[in-house]
Amino acid sequence: MNFPKFNLTNYLLRHIQVMLFSLGQLWRQPLSSMMTIIVIGIALALPAGLYVLLDNVKQVSDQWDDATQISLFLQKDVAQEHAIKLTSQLEQWPQISNIHYQSSSQSLEEFRQLSGLGTLLDSLPSNPLPAIIIIQPNENDLRPDAIGSLLAKLEALPEVEQAQLDMEWLLRLRSINKTVQRGISILGLLLSLSVLLIIGNTIRLAILSRQSEIRVIKLVGGTNAFVRRPFLYTGFWYGTLGGIMAWLTLTFSLSLINSPVNELAKLYSSQFTLHWLSALLLIVLPITGLVLGVLGAWISVGRHLNAIEPN
Amino acid sequence: MIRFTDVYKRYPNRHEALSGLSFHINQGEMAFLTGHSGAGKSTLLKLIALIERSSHGQVLVNNQNLTRLPKRKIPHYRRQIGIVFQDHNLLHDRTVFDNVALPLIIAGENHREIGRRVRASLDKVGLLGKERNLPIALSGGEQQRVGIARAVVNRPPILLADEPTGNLDPDLSRDIMSLFEQFNQVGTTVFIATHDLDLINTLPYRQIILDAGRLSEQG
Repeated sequence: MNFPKFNLTNYLLRHIQVMLFSLGQLWRQPLSSMMTIIVIGIALALPAGLYVLLDNVKQVSDQWDDATQISLFLQKDVAQEHAIKLTSQLEQWPQISNIHYQSSSQSLEEFRQLSGLGTLLDSLPSNPLPAIIIIQPNENDLRPDAIGSLLAKLEALPEVEQAQLDMEWLLRLRSINKTVQRGISILGLLLSLSVLLIIGNTIRLAILSRQSEIRVIKLVGGTNAFVRRPFLYTGFWYGTLGGIMAWLTLTFSLSLINSPVNELAKLYSSQFTLHWLSALLLIVLPITGLVLGVLGAWISVGRHLNAIEPN
Repeated sequence: MIRFTDVYKRYPNRHEALSGLSFHINQGEMAFLTGHSGAGKSTLLKLIALIERSSHGQVLVNNQNLTRLPKRKIPHYRRQIGIVFQDHNLLHDRTVFDNVALPLIIAGENHREIGRRVRASLDKVGLLGKERNLPIALSGGEQQRVGIARAVVNRPPILLADEPTGNLDPDLSRDIMSLFEQFNQVGTTVFIATHDLDLINTLPYRQIILDAGRLSEQG
């Protein structure tokens, strides 16, 4: 009895053989293999698709980043020097990144130019517009609670008649976005778990249907690693092909959405186009599938293999 | 080569399959194991193949104490024993070649060596022309030969057989038995469980006879 020496070429060759053998087994049962792959594909495509949509919403809302500003309408009786002093005081606040003062006459001038009501405004006995301090909050303080407390602090100043947050809806959108993002993460986690279970169960059935083969292999001296290997590759193929299926599903679905989105963008005279994240997902989805597939197979094989012993 | 010392085997249902069994089979010997159904023949073979472990006593095979062999070493231990089964235990979705190659693939042999040894082994059992067939396309006797080719392909020092002629007619049985004799002549220790007394009584080898789990006589 001579044990062959370990040989890397043989080892790799064996792996490639087992890999192709597992693929061949999937191929020999095209219907049931395809169904499993489609189920895995949908389970992976769903969170990925939602993530793509969310990412697009985020892109849109980020375009309006500069639009988040607070307008402080000053009391009418605040003198201009005092207002300028207040402005430079506020400039020191850490929550404020940019600030500028606009006197009531500047406001009037701006309004005159924008509205085209020049002569009408001239006939007014006094300037009805208040002086304004326009504040751009620090980017890090755009969270709703932070911006709320800043707003309250500014409104409490005696010189301020009213502090108004422009684009409040944008902040709400962003907040909703974050909530949805967390929801998608949870959904993704749950669906990943279901992929794990689907593959685990498929492998369990494969193990059961090849019980006698496993017994024979163990009887002629096959180690657990040897018995495990084809099942791990089966999981590998299911996961990887499921990932590719997810990408195809997603690409197809997004191509259906694309033209109405372009119509919509045109109506808003926007340059917006759907970002597909196509290349990134073509890598991420199959790799996610691969990892889940091998992991699911590993767990399943570990649970069922030891139970099968020759008798 | 195979030494049993005061071996007991009790199953969980308290059935005692073997009681105080001691015997020794020398290296290079060929011996038969006989006895009625239920006398403990299968249990004895299972102890040698480490499918079961003894409840008490010592089993030594090829200088290894099976009582103490850890579970993870079982696969490598089994590679030293070729086993032939009554029902062949072939893989029906693989060709004859792949079936015979299995022990070599498991041992990690390289491609060329596998091809060479499988063909040599099939040649010895007279099935060289059938390597591309599926087992189902072969007769019972031929399937048994494939099983034997698989058992000897990695040249194990010990060859075990459990009722290898159980389903075969007398002529085929004699052929199979002479195959075992040929392997024995080149030094393999051969131990065959059978109740084909008509056949083995014509052969000059020792018989170990079991009766209700005890050694009845050695002839």
